[in-house]
Amino acid sequence: MKNYAYVREKSIPPSPPPLIEVGVIGWIRQNLFSSWFNSFLTLFSLYFIFICLIDFIPWAWGGHWNAKSLRECMDLDPNVACFSVLAARWEQLLFGLYPADQYWRPTLTFVFLILSIIPILFPRFFRYFWFSVIYPGLAIWLLWGGSIWSIAIIYIGVIFGVASFTVLSKGVIRSTSVNLTLSIVITLLFFLFLSSTLTEFLSYLIPISLPFVESLRMGGFTLSLIVGISGIVASFPIGILLALGRQSNLPIIKMICVGFIEFIRGVPLITLLFVASVLLNYFLPPGTNFDIVLRVVIMVTLFSAAYMAEVIRGGLAGLPLGQHEASASLGLTYWQSQRLIIMPQALKISIPGIVNTFIGLFKDTTLVSIISLRDPIGLASTIRADTKWNGIYWELYVAIGLMFFIVCFGMSQYSQYLERKLQTDK
Amino acid sequence: MSSTNLPSEKFRLGMLLSDTRYRGTSLQVITFIIFVAVFFWLVDNTLKNLALLGKDVSFAFLGMRAGYDINQRLIPYTNDSTHAMAAFVGILNTLLCAFVGCIIATIVGVFVGILRLSKNWIVAKLMSVYIEGFRNVPVLLWIVMVFALLTEFTPAPKAFKGANPEATMFLFDSIAITNRGTYLPAPVWGQGSTFLIIIFLISVLAVIFFIRYAKELKKNTGRNMPSFWISIGILIVPTVLFYFILGKPVELNYPYLKGFNFKEGIHLRNSFIALTLALAFYTSAFIAEIVRSGILAISKGQTEAAASLGMKPNKIMSLIILPQALRVIVPPLISNYLNLTKNSSLAIAVGYMDVRGTLGGITLNQTGRELESMLLLMGFYLSVSLFISSIINWFNRSFQIVVR
Repeated sequence: MKNYAYVREKSIPPSPPPLIEVGVIGWIRQNLFSSWFNSFLTLFSLYFIFICLIDFIPWAWGGHWNAKSLRECMDLDPNVACFSVLAARWEQLLFGLYPADQYWRPTLTFVFLILSIIPILFPRFFRYFWFSVIYPGLAIWLLWGGSIWSIAIIYIGVIFGVASFTVLSKGVIRSTSVNLTLSIVITLLFFLFLSSTLTEFLSYLIPISLPFVESLRMGGFTLSLIVGISGIVASFPIGILLALGRQSNLPIIKMICVGFIEFIRGVPLITLLFVASVLLNYFLPPGTNFDIVLRVVIMVTLFSAAYMAEVIRGGLAGLPLGQHEASASLGLTYWQSQRLIIMPQALKISIPGIVNTFIGLFKDTTLVSIISLRDPIGLASTIRADTKWNGIYWELYVAIGLMFFIVCFGMSQYSQYLERKLQTDK
Repeated sequence: MSSTNLPSEKFRLGMLLSDTRYRGTSLQVITFIIFVAVFFWLVDNTLKNLALLGKDVSFAFLGMRAGYDINQRLIPYTNDSTHAMAAFVGILNTLLCAFVGCIIATIVGVFVGILRLSKNWIVAKLMSVYIEGFRNVPVLLWIVMVFALLTEFTPAPKAFKGANPEATMFLFDSIAITNRGTYLPAPVWGQGSTFLIIIFLISVLAVIFFIRYAKELKKNTGRNMPSFWISIGILIVPTVLFYFILGKPVELNYPYLKGFNFKEGIHLRNSFIALTLALAFYTSAFIAEIVRSGILAISKGQTEAAASLGMKPNKIMSLIILPQALRVIVPPLISNYLNLTKNSSLAIAVGYMDVRGTLGGITLNQTGRELESMLLLMGFYLSVSLFISSIINWFNRSFQIVVR
């Protein structure tokens, strides 16, 4: 046996990697300066960011907030922002021409909006969903005013219809479709003959009402939210129905849906808004004249419903055919299989597209300024027409852009969160 | 013995709704009746309303004198021209804005989309900021902002005056950017320029034939040709040669200052530039996302497989990745072109006279023919949209993966 002078019994502990390969330096080397081209790009980008910020930060940071007019701002320091216009006119940007003593109403509506969205966004709070159901009526009443019963009667009518359906189903007639038709007829009769008397009676009994505010006074970000949110809420179900109609094997229904979708998608929203403001009176019985905001909401809804239909159709097409066949072989009816099997999966696939449509709709609400409603962009020109603020641009545009950015970016971030949460296959 | 006959049941009226054999048909009949009824109700209302206003439906106004000026036009037009001519000028303006906008949007979008995939952290983040910034702010706001930028922050023409002017022209005194618009040198077509154009067109044809030949050669023999450089040569050399042989038939007419404004040259109005640039940048953010997702959609296995076959990186990109990525990219890209075209109807915000400004704006207000003007306007946009979607369908048909 040989004698060894030295035998290593333990392995040498690994020496730390070279300092330039790890930590901040390593990261910088790998990500920013890996090649000469990359280094050039990095330096160029840094320079670009520098020249952008060198002007913007002092401009925004040192901005005036208390001046009375643009001239006063210029006298103080012409090189910085004049945010005084926002300080002076922020109420207009938010509420338009809404009566000043009633500002609490849109504010409250907005607070309720956030409360009513929470149960939809986060399943943990789903037990408060009833509030989201009553919210639309509540919002309409708060914003436009009038007697609370003229809105509540719609809810009463719907409850009445549902109740009649439940009673009928327990009765002698077995067929669901016949019962459904009957209860719809009953509800319509209720609205035609009973509702106005009942409204008057209830208003007399419990008089709760707010001063009426006409639609032309709605404006600013409130108007964007009114048009945007009602469009989003209404276009989603219509879009689902249109998508199903387009996939349907009933030729006439399919033809009507395809025609509608292609027509709406083929023309710019602007022309549809012009139809709403100029042409709609031609198509309705002589003498009808209904609210311009409602007309705009209807057009925006139809517009985004067509886009929604295409997005959902994409989701439906993405599902394997086996899903349809499997649900049919389980003996589910068409609506059961749509509700339980097809739609949940198709909607999950199409979340990004749906949210993109919502974002597009919300951005498109600014187009109402072209038919002279007072949305934030329209108000910006109104404010500039004031001699005090004549010539001001960036402060207003930056503020309006930021408001839209926050809402739209928030929506897209939520959609990414939802996608991650619903990802079941990984 | 078993019977294959269906259990015979007497037909009842309720079966129209409850029996799946009849339900489809009866539903369709009901829908159709409702549809026709609503349609006739609308038409009836329209006719009644028109009768009340004492109007009729007639397109005769198209042949009448328009009586208004259009400051930006591609074809000769005066206020003595007809309304139809005004509409046509508007259509050309819309198409011009859409065409230029699509080209800029594609270039910027592809560039940004690829850079967003860059391993360089700072570049990737910068591109994300660009994309999110443009996508999440209304396009109308971008249009008015670019317009404000162009009109407020550029020098007035008179700033170019004098020995020591406050503003100078770019590119050897050929381009002037002012608050009244941008002035570019205009080409003057002298004698022999037609011949030069014909030469150029012939060389374009020659390039097409050459590329075909090179491909055929590659397919048959496997030999590679430096086709890029040869094509560039075929494209440029004959035209340049004849340009000098013919004695420089095409010259540039530079804009120059006269009085308080620039004369000669091509005058691009700020309304056009603002609309086109804003639409192009806005759309480029969407195109960038399409390009990025198209490239990411190609699985890494494709790159690895190609590399293991011994292909070089640029060959992998041009022969393996791009052809597959393009199949994903092109259809949404084209539908974004359509969006840009439709968004160009926002021209009214900056006073650019597109078809909505002429036919759907001044003509509509002057003649009071709302119904007819809107019908024509929608017809125009619809036909553009149908044309573009037929291109998409053609693309999808011809580039589909062929499955057995």
